[in-house]
Amino acid sequence: MTKADLVDIVYERVGSSKKEACEVVEEVFAIIRDSLRSGQKVKISGFGSFVVNDKRARRGRNPQTGEAITIESRRVLTFKPSPVLKDIVNDGKARS
Amino acid sequence: MRDADATARRARPSGDDSDGSLSMTKRGIIEELLNRCRKFSHRESETIVNAMFDAMAEVLARGDRIEIRGFGTFGVKPRAARQGRNPKTGESVRVEAKRFPFFRPGKELRTEVNGAERRAR
Repeated sequence: MTKADLVDIVYERVGSSKKEACEVVEEVFAIIRDSLRSGQKVKISGFGSFVVNDKRARRGRNPQTGEAITIESRRVLTFKPSPVLKDIVNDGKARS
Repeated sequence: MRDADATARRARPSGDDSDGSLSMTKRGIIEELLNRCRKFSHRESETIVNAMFDAMAEVLARGDRIEIRGFGTFGVKPRAARQGRNPKTGESVRVEAKRFPFFRPGKELRTEVNGAERRAR
């Protein structure tokens, strides 16, 4: 699935024009991105949450050369799937 | 339409305070979409956002991938069965093989989240 498929889905539901549907899909992802950029968590019920985590700097090693390097402190994005999504992905048999 | 100028729109996403920390929820996205587009009714905005995430969940249920350029990739990975432990009783239990949904942020999003300005350029 790509963005184009999501555009089709939105167009089918609330279709006025493909162009508008496309803008809407872009806008939804832009809203998510804007929130994450400002460090805000994004929680989609029934789907999962996007969380921004701060990682401290640490000593690392270049696995190819064995050379010691410092990995700078950084912010990373993680996705935590909701229990509902975990369930759906397992044909509703995730939790036994 | 590419969103090269997404940064230009600095409208503060409406946050929801449900767990003490400011976070954006699906409801918040619906409100914000309404704010930014001003073309739909509240019901339509709700339909759109719900339809998008429902469709994405369906695709993952089939085991397919979702690739959103500039955002990232969603997919499903198999997890092997393993011997687990009930943390309360210490009893050893068998954990069945299962599938697990994952998301890998795209390069653009990763850099954005890390704050491009904090990076030595």
